[in-house]
Amino acid sequence: MSGFLNWIEQRIPMMRVANMHAIQYPAPRNMNFWYVFGFLATIVLVNQILTGIWLTMNFEPSAERAFASVEYIMREIDYGWLLRYMHSTGASAFFIVVYLHMFRGMIYGSYQKPRELLWVFGMLIYLALMAEAFMGYVLPWGQMSYWGAQVIVSLFGAIPVIGPDLVVWIQGDYVISGATLNRFFALHVIALPLVIVILVFLHIIALHEVGSNNPDGIAIKHKKGSLPESEKTKWEIHEYYTSKYDIADDVVPFFPHIVLKDLIAFSVFLFAFCYIMFFAPEMGGYFLERPNFEIANPLKTPEHIFPVWYFTPFYAILKAVPDKLFGVIMMFAAIAALFVLPWLDRSNVRSWRYRSGLHKWNLIIFALVFIFLGYLGGTPQENWKITASQFATVAYFGFFVALFLYSKHEKTKPVPTRIPK
Amino acid sequence: MRKLVVSLLFLVPGLVLAAGPGIPLDKANYDLTDKASLQRGAQLFMNYCLGCHQQQYQRYQRTFQDIGVPDELGQEYLQFTGEKVTDYITTAMPQEGAAKWFGAPPPDLTLVARVRGADWLYTYLRTFYVDESKTFGVNNKVFPNVGMPHVLQPLQGTPRETYEERMIDGEMKQVYVGLKAEGGKLSAEEYDQAILDLTNYLVYTGEPARLEAESIGRWVLVFIVVLGIFVYLTKKEYWRDVH
Repeated sequence: MSGFLNWIEQRIPMMRVANMHAIQYPAPRNMNFWYVFGFLATIVLVNQILTGIWLTMNFEPSAERAFASVEYIMREIDYGWLLRYMHSTGASAFFIVVYLHMFRGMIYGSYQKPRELLWVFGMLIYLALMAEAFMGYVLPWGQMSYWGAQVIVSLFGAIPVIGPDLVVWIQGDYVISGATLNRFFALHVIALPLVIVILVFLHIIALHEVGSNNPDGIAIKHKKGSLPESEKTKWEIHEYYTSKYDIADDVVPFFPHIVLKDLIAFSVFLFAFCYIMFFAPEMGGYFLERPNFEIANPLKTPEHIFPVWYFTPFYAILKAVPDKLFGVIMMFAAIAALFVLPWLDRSNVRSWRYRSGLHKWNLIIFALVFIFLGYLGGTPQENWKITASQFATVAYFGFFVALFLYSKHEKTKPVPTRIPK
Repeated sequence: MRKLVVSLLFLVPGLVLAAGPGIPLDKANYDLTDKASLQRGAQLFMNYCLGCHQQQYQRYQRTFQDIGVPDELGQEYLQFTGEKVTDYITTAMPQEGAAKWFGAPPPDLTLVARVRGADWLYTYLRTFYVDESKTFGVNNKVFPNVGMPHVLQPLQGTPRETYEERMIDGEMKQVYVGLKAEGGKLSAEEYDQAILDLTNYLVYTGEPARLEAESIGRWVLVFIVVLGIFVYLTKKEYWRDVH
């Protein structure tokens, strides 16, 4: 057996990679529950890819057959309903874990130097994920699929000069039609998943190069020769890390220690996931919207058109602005602002544990405003909601402006050099 | 800033009351495990609905199996369209003509319970009332100006709006108190039960895998709890040295 493994190792570095990135990878021992969502996102990604492959075996991407083929999967394929619910529940679960993962990065300052690129790769994944989810939602060709696509694609029409032509180019037709469905299918099942998988790979490579952050925001890698032997970790750490740094006695190996922690979170997550999937796959109309059980009808506009819940905060920002073009700009700016977060935050302290009360409140209010925007964007339009979403939009951007202003001279607490026991 | 958070938190629950249908919906206490009810519902559907509406995504055979009717009996008593028991439940009515006659083609009803909800169906089918100004002589409380005749009138009878004289602010006024039907084959209670059966059947066709999903789901959840316990114990063992 070991002879065989050696034979392989000499041809492809299997054990070396396993050691470097898991068995002998130094992970901070104080990682708390906020640190499980990256792992969960990976699990959901695998789930989406596997169930997606099986769904494509019976899905028919044409305006005539898409809706019927989904019902065919739901009724006549053995466990087709299970595959479909795993995929539809997975889509919403993906955004839940990704939003929590992003908020973790924000409260513990994981985007700060030297992890700027890591954050940017993460944001690119988020962006690709939004495109992936949007196109996936069009495929069942229900009323919301159709009219949601209509609203989102028409946004590009607001761009001056090229807008109208761009819309036709995206749709592949003068209206949303079977041609649109067909190309969204192509993008949804091959182009974007490839992009996402590659970005996730780069995200992890970047993470392992700079090392994981932790709830205290304290480095576990120290300058070579700066730590006495007694303060270095007793675990066997890969020489890729120890040759460049002294690794403090604040770490555990990623495998099995962190993986086991992740697996506990996975069990809890899986319980909630399966409960929804088996007992309430529509999740009260949030994961699968009611009008989407009706086949797309270009002649009949639904009473209310909403995107799925994970887009509603940005939809609220779009609707808050009276001018269409400016609204589109603001919506994209809301995402762009997150991209440049590492450069907006000018503090040297990462974790909110050691930062000012102002910063903590800024983060909490930002999260509440985001949820509130989601509510505003996902419920029927009323007059007061326009004003409310305008206030909330200002508050959303206010977070970034305030952060930029106060972070340079923020009153922070002294940060210990080692992770507190 | 704290004030802002608190006021935001207080805003949210009050806003949940979203717009809905014109009248409050009655709760449909349907039971997918009640095969007799599903069979009665299927019978109503095949006799009263299938003339215009279809269930083009659902096959007869699957339906018969799930509601506990042998194929031969089903074909004899429930299947009036199609030739084979494996056919989809489609209507004989030409869809183009239907669009002309009713203003819009009668919608497919396979998934109607998932589009509208069980409570909506249960209330809708019980709130037709005489309104001579309409094409079919009836209107509906849940779906005003609906382009559908009251197909179940032979069962329910003729439902009319009823009013009572009541003293309001010192004046006698006519107050709407509900609908009352007369001359049907069924009593009011029997009609409610019939509509509940029909609703039950439509909920079933909306998602034929519902019961199977729940019975598998229970075991999956038990498995996950057991898995979770072992994972927790393993984690505890490995982390003993760290703390």
